[in-house]
Amino acid sequence: MLNRRTLLKSFCAGSALALAQAKPWEFRGDSELCRNMRIWDQHAHLGSVPGNTPEERMAFLVKCMDRVGVERLILSQGYSADEHPTPDQIRGENDRVMRAVKAFPDRAYGSVYLSPAYLDFSLQEFDRCVRDGPMVCIGEIEAEARCNVPEMDPIAERAVAMNLPILQHEWLKAGGNKPGESSPFDVVELAKRHPKLQIVCAHTGGNWELGIRAIRDTKNVYAGIAGSDPTSGFVEMAVRELGAERVIYGSDVGGRSFASQIAKVEGANISESDKRLILGGNLRRLLTPMLRRKGSKV
Amino acid sequence: MIIDTNVYLSAWPFRHLEGEEPAELVAKLRKRNVVQAWAGSVGGMLHRDIASVNFRLTQACRAYGQGMLVPFGSINPKLPDWQEDVRRCQEKHKMLGIRLHPNYQGYNLADPVFAELLKLATARRLIVQLALCMEDVRTQPPLLRVPPVDITALVDVVKSTPGLRLELLNCTSSISKEQYRAAFSAGDVYAEISMVEGIAGVGRLVHEIPLPRVLFGSYYPFFYFESALLKVQESGLDEAPQRAICEDNARRLMGPAASAGLYRTNVR
Repeated sequence: MLNRRTLLKSFCAGSALALAQAKPWEFRGDSELCRNMRIWDQHAHLGSVPGNTPEERMAFLVKCMDRVGVERLILSQGYSADEHPTPDQIRGENDRVMRAVKAFPDRAYGSVYLSPAYLDFSLQEFDRCVRDGPMVCIGEIEAEARCNVPEMDPIAERAVAMNLPILQHEWLKAGGNKPGESSPFDVVELAKRHPKLQIVCAHTGGNWELGIRAIRDTKNVYAGIAGSDPTSGFVEMAVRELGAERVIYGSDVGGRSFASQIAKVEGANISESDKRLILGGNLRRLLTPMLRRKGSKV
Repeated sequence: MIIDTNVYLSAWPFRHLEGEEPAELVAKLRKRNVVQAWAGSVGGMLHRDIASVNFRLTQACRAYGQGMLVPFGSINPKLPDWQEDVRRCQEKHKMLGIRLHPNYQGYNLADPVFAELLKLATARRLIVQLALCMEDVRTQPPLLRVPPVDITALVDVVKSTPGLRLELLNCTSSISKEQYRAAFSAGDVYAEISMVEGIAGVGRLVHEIPLPRVLFGSYYPFFYFESALLKVQESGLDEAPQRAICEDNARRLMGPAASAGLYRTNVR
């Protein structure tokens, strides 16, 4: 029976072997991340992943995780690409996530999909999936209501009470966001109303030069780097303006790759210790209270 | 060894980029086992004195990298006497190919001048690189919002240009798979991987278009170089197809003479 320690040892051995046999075009991270296998990905979905069931899709993700050195990911939203999900759809997607996590408990945690557009339902779903279930955080919240609406307050209060983070979808699109789509400014508004809330901007605006500035002075808002093109300079600016402790790696697979998003960190001109924080250390710190509550060893 | 078919020299107007200086760029590429990089110029997208852009690009490629950087001159067929720029690229600068940015220069692929340009480049045995976009439209500066190139007309133009060797750069997902498939079916059309996205995206790409048509491209320094490299690693492809993408396909596209030149450059 493989436990976590032997699994990690086998990865390390595999990576060492791979390094010994590395082809000229194979990537060897400067920070030797693949050898250490401590990359945690905060932002993953089952959508756009090959497979007929949540278990098959998760198995595909695990194969890809192994290729680029991702140890664990936080899964949310199931297959959904619907920006206006109904309660039934939300419940169904949360069930898919729990199936995928159950099949690979050492590689994924679940994060509950909620919508402030259906507050009563969302609080019940929080209790079902997080308080009484296996999930460890909230979001990615991506719904038809912006996250600064009063209906987000009870959700934020639950997050604070259970000491777990929220992952909030937001963008600052050239030409304007879609109706109901949150911006980093909306996240800041919510965060200021709940100073003990830990909330991650899923995309830091996409237009990260603006998003970083928007969240800079609100210390309980974190910069997620997922789901945008790997444009040079993103992570350097985030570390310079926010500090590495407030920058969190996520990929937004399956619509994105692990590769392009890890590259934002691996290719950045920042210190080794900063890379370790961004690629996993910060997320583990944020999740520690909840993981302890769930009996997971951190 | 890696042949990177998509790098740029000169400064991006809206952001400082690590690697925008040629010495920095070469150092980064060398560190990542790149032996040859096909380099265009950001200036070639916006400047109107394009002859001087191409001259400076050639000079920079000669001055840095000891043969690693291969200049791809810019042509703007909306400029008077653009045919002379093509001539200089081939005869004077001995370039392997040219790079086009239609959406920044105000013409579309249905414009007869585009077909004329492809025919002239083909007659001069130049590879043509067509940049489909430079930046996600959602993140562009307010005063430079440029949609991706519409490739609907590409099929007919390619079919009517026998011998054309065409590489699509920055293959954005905002162009449909059907349009890409039609373009690749029309002739000797290639794609590089810098903007290929999705889980194991490069591995899945080779099921959609023939493997020999897929080339390595980083779009460095606008993108972090490591993105393309890690995408190959994430692809799950075996060694032979990985080698094909990273090196062999570009050599085949260059042709034996240019490929032999690459070898001589490396051993010198």
